[in-house]
Amino acid sequence: MSVSRKGLKDMADKEYAYYSGCSLEGTAKEYDMSLRLVMKALGATLTEPHDWSCCGSTPAHTVDHVFAAALAARNLAIVEKMNVHTLTTPCPSCLMVLKKAHLGMTGDESFKNEVNALLDEPYEGNVISKSSLQVIYEDIGLDAIADRVTYAFPDLKVAPYYGCILNRPPDIAQFDDPENPIAMDRVISALGVEVRDYAFKTECCGAAFGVPKRAMVNELTHKVLSMAIDAGANCIAVACPLCQQNLDLRQEQVNRTMGASFNIPILYFTQIMGLAYGFSPEELGMDMLVVSADHLIRSRMPIEEYRKMKEAEAAQAKKAPKAKEAKEAAKTEES
Amino acid sequence: MRVGVFICHCGNNIAGTVDVARVAAETRKLPGVVYATNYMYTCSEPGQEEIKQAIQKENLDRVVVAACSPRMHENTFRKTVEKAGLNRYFFEMANIREHISWIGEDKELNTNKAIEAVKMAVAKVMNDKPLYSSSFKVNKRVMVIGGGVAGMQAALDCADGGLDVVLVEKSPSIGGMMARLDKTFPTIDCSICILGPKMVDVAQHEKIKLYAYSEIEEIKGYVGNYQVKIRKKATYVDWTKCTGCGACMEKCPTRNAYDHFNFGVAPTRAINIPFPQAIPKKAKIDPTFCRQFTKGKCGVCAKICPTGAINYEMEDEIVTEDIGAIVVATGYGLFDLDKFPEYGAGRYPDVITGIQYERILNASGPTSGHILRPSDQTEPKTVVFVSCAGSRDKSLGVPYCSNFCCMYIAKQAILTKDHVPDSQSYVFYMDIRSPGKGYDEFTRRAQEDYGVKYIRGRVSRIYPKGKKMVVRGADTLLGTQVEIEADLVVLATAVISAPGAANMAEKLHISYDTFGFYVESHPKLRPVETNTSGVFLAGACQGPKDIPASVGQGSAAASKVLSLFSKDMLESDPAIAQVNINACVGCLKCVKTCPFQAIKEEVLRSGKKVAKVIETVCAGCGVCTSTCPCGAIQLQHFTDNQLLAEVNAICQS
Repeated sequence: MSVSRKGLKDMADKEYAYYSGCSLEGTAKEYDMSLRLVMKALGATLTEPHDWSCCGSTPAHTVDHVFAAALAARNLAIVEKMNVHTLTTPCPSCLMVLKKAHLGMTGDESFKNEVNALLDEPYEGNVISKSSLQVIYEDIGLDAIADRVTYAFPDLKVAPYYGCILNRPPDIAQFDDPENPIAMDRVISALGVEVRDYAFKTECCGAAFGVPKRAMVNELTHKVLSMAIDAGANCIAVACPLCQQNLDLRQEQVNRTMGASFNIPILYFTQIMGLAYGFSPEELGMDMLVVSADHLIRSRMPIEEYRKMKEAEAAQAKKAPKAKEAKEAAKTEES
Repeated sequence: MRVGVFICHCGNNIAGTVDVARVAAETRKLPGVVYATNYMYTCSEPGQEEIKQAIQKENLDRVVVAACSPRMHENTFRKTVEKAGLNRYFFEMANIREHISWIGEDKELNTNKAIEAVKMAVAKVMNDKPLYSSSFKVNKRVMVIGGGVAGMQAALDCADGGLDVVLVEKSPSIGGMMARLDKTFPTIDCSICILGPKMVDVAQHEKIKLYAYSEIEEIKGYVGNYQVKIRKKATYVDWTKCTGCGACMEKCPTRNAYDHFNFGVAPTRAINIPFPQAIPKKAKIDPTFCRQFTKGKCGVCAKICPTGAINYEMEDEIVTEDIGAIVVATGYGLFDLDKFPEYGAGRYPDVITGIQYERILNASGPTSGHILRPSDQTEPKTVVFVSCAGSRDKSLGVPYCSNFCCMYIAKQAILTKDHVPDSQSYVFYMDIRSPGKGYDEFTRRAQEDYGVKYIRGRVSRIYPKGKKMVVRGADTLLGTQVEIEADLVVLATAVISAPGAANMAEKLHISYDTFGFYVESHPKLRPVETNTSGVFLAGACQGPKDIPASVGQGSAAASKVLSLFSKDMLESDPAIAQVNINACVGCLKCVKTCPFQAIKEEVLRSGKKVAKVIETVCAGCGVCTSTCPCGAIQLQHFTDNQLLAEVNAICQS
């Protein structure tokens, strides 16, 4: 009874229908584990829709747009009945088909009728779909993300990799910049972790072509990895199961076929968040990565310890010859 | 009343989808109509002759022509009926081409609609009153807005023709875009060397009064009698004292001011003279960077100026000029790099625009004509040019071709080879568009004599890799992807309308297209006129144009002004607002709504306050008539009764 109006609103705002998608039950199990932990830590409630089904992903819309929309809309219809307004999905591919179905059906009455004719329960167009990154970045916010941090990573340098469809096409994604996205950069920076900017944030990883055209995917993976390393990164953060797979699983393949020697861990951004929040590597599924991130995990230190270390460093720097400083000050005044 | 109706076939334009014979037959049944016929081309000489003969033979006193838009031929037919002895306002035109035959395919429906249109015109013409124009004196001074090459040409031609010219330029110097160019295609002659003498001519011509660093504040009046308020923007330097010595610029401690003339290639001083050949060659302070304005102290230039010309207290000044005609030559703008996120959106210093590269090539530019790339001031050995950066791209709102980029890219590639002999240039292109005199030979020369490699395809992405910029694109002739590691990338950014173009058009009461380019009166036959009489267009404000075309249009606009001013008196249009003083209650709402300030308050001898229309100023727009609460103000030739007659004609059948 004593819950204020504002409190109610906050609670309502942080309730999400959680559509994990198929990858997160298989190859990207660790994305699911880390995301659930992080969301819980940030006070967001994720509820899995009952009896959710395949989103249709890439194969469906290459065949038939109505059929593809129906596969996605079936899930949206379930969520519509759940009495939460926002659906969140960690997988960019799921997000794209869910949003595409929603926008197609709300923007075109005849398309909506065509799709609903295929469904047992019609979708009326009342669900907002957001990527989990968007929920964390926009709904939860950078301050809340920073508040929860208990561990620091003095040596970690992360190159965030967004992949091709998290922010594209812009009319459908309606989030962040399609060419130079910054949401993940800001989230990771808010954790106190150093972020490296580079040009290949949205470059193609090869997606599902790893099966029919392995050589091509290896070449693309090689490009992304080397650009990130050239930018000084020792870790790549991702938000897409397929990107993770191509960059992580195929690293050995790239090394073998292209004479490279990559050994850079590819972490879900939620795993980095989890580590900064003090969760154990096991809880975050770190052991499921192909390229080991053990050395990075070992480098983390409690935030108080890290602050003390920084203070000591600052004190050391103060003792350094003041003459040099004075000289520099004089120089700037001259100019 | 005896109305004659003439239905035009316009070849197949109308007759193709309208049964003109049936329209004529139906028209004959209308009350008042004593004669109706259809004819192949009513606007032709025999067509007009037929109207005249019918007026005589049938004793017609009103005429309707159902044909094209009145914009095309209303004037033609008004003259025809006038020659046959009728008042020119006893004529109406029904537009059955643009409004009917061109837009509908169903002949039956079109024919019915055409009959309705004719009915309306007949009803209107039967209610028309005879109107008579009066004549007024013309002020034979012309104002040219914009001091680029087109405006300068127009100003010089008018002045040489004996007219007094007021030339208004927004920036501190005349010269426009051409003054920024290094060389011109296809002759590779030095741009400022051919423009400089013209600029000097403008400065020295006794008939030309130049307002530099000034903008148009307000335009009032009508053809022959405009009053223009000009805002002389504060330069903070007294130009009557400034000698252009440049001492202030040398000593100014602010070295990071944005250089508008050089499109930001390098910074300039807060007080500066834009370029050595500037006309007028006077200094100007940029208060957004000047320390005296931002920090409240400095005063270096005031101390150094040998003539004491610096005045930090200077304010904008408004002056009024009376003139009779206006030539608009406000030029164009260019897309900025921020429009291209896939090319770095301006984040990479070595991705620049074509006009910036022009400044780098230019001997009076920031690098003194040595090609040095912005990031590290080294000489680039591989230069990639990207044409159509924005142009012909619907997604960026520029579906049109920017006209001259293909040519200037070829020129810049040739100049690059001249400056850096061991360099290699690449051009990504969609099509090479070089249809001018000597133009195609020029682009061939770039490829054959200067070894410029032309790659047909679009660039998808530009990204940095070490010190290089990697340009990735498609080679659609080879069907492959290509990546070129370049030292410098030049984007031929799209030509857009000048900043503030729409605003200027509203002040001038001329129309502009969706892109902000001004619309000429007729795309083929009246290329420099606008639909506002007395206002003419020159140069790229009407659409992307190269130098020869701009100069040609400048001269054309000048010749139009000269022919307009060859008469001492002009005829006024009698289709203007008129106040019925018996019905006017003196609320004066019309005074407030009139966009032309053509209505004023008048006190009658009885002491009654009424509205009065200034006949020469009224443009006949009709806003006042819909404002008036008691129908006391009526637009002649479009009175309430006349318009209601039209409505009744189609609603009562």
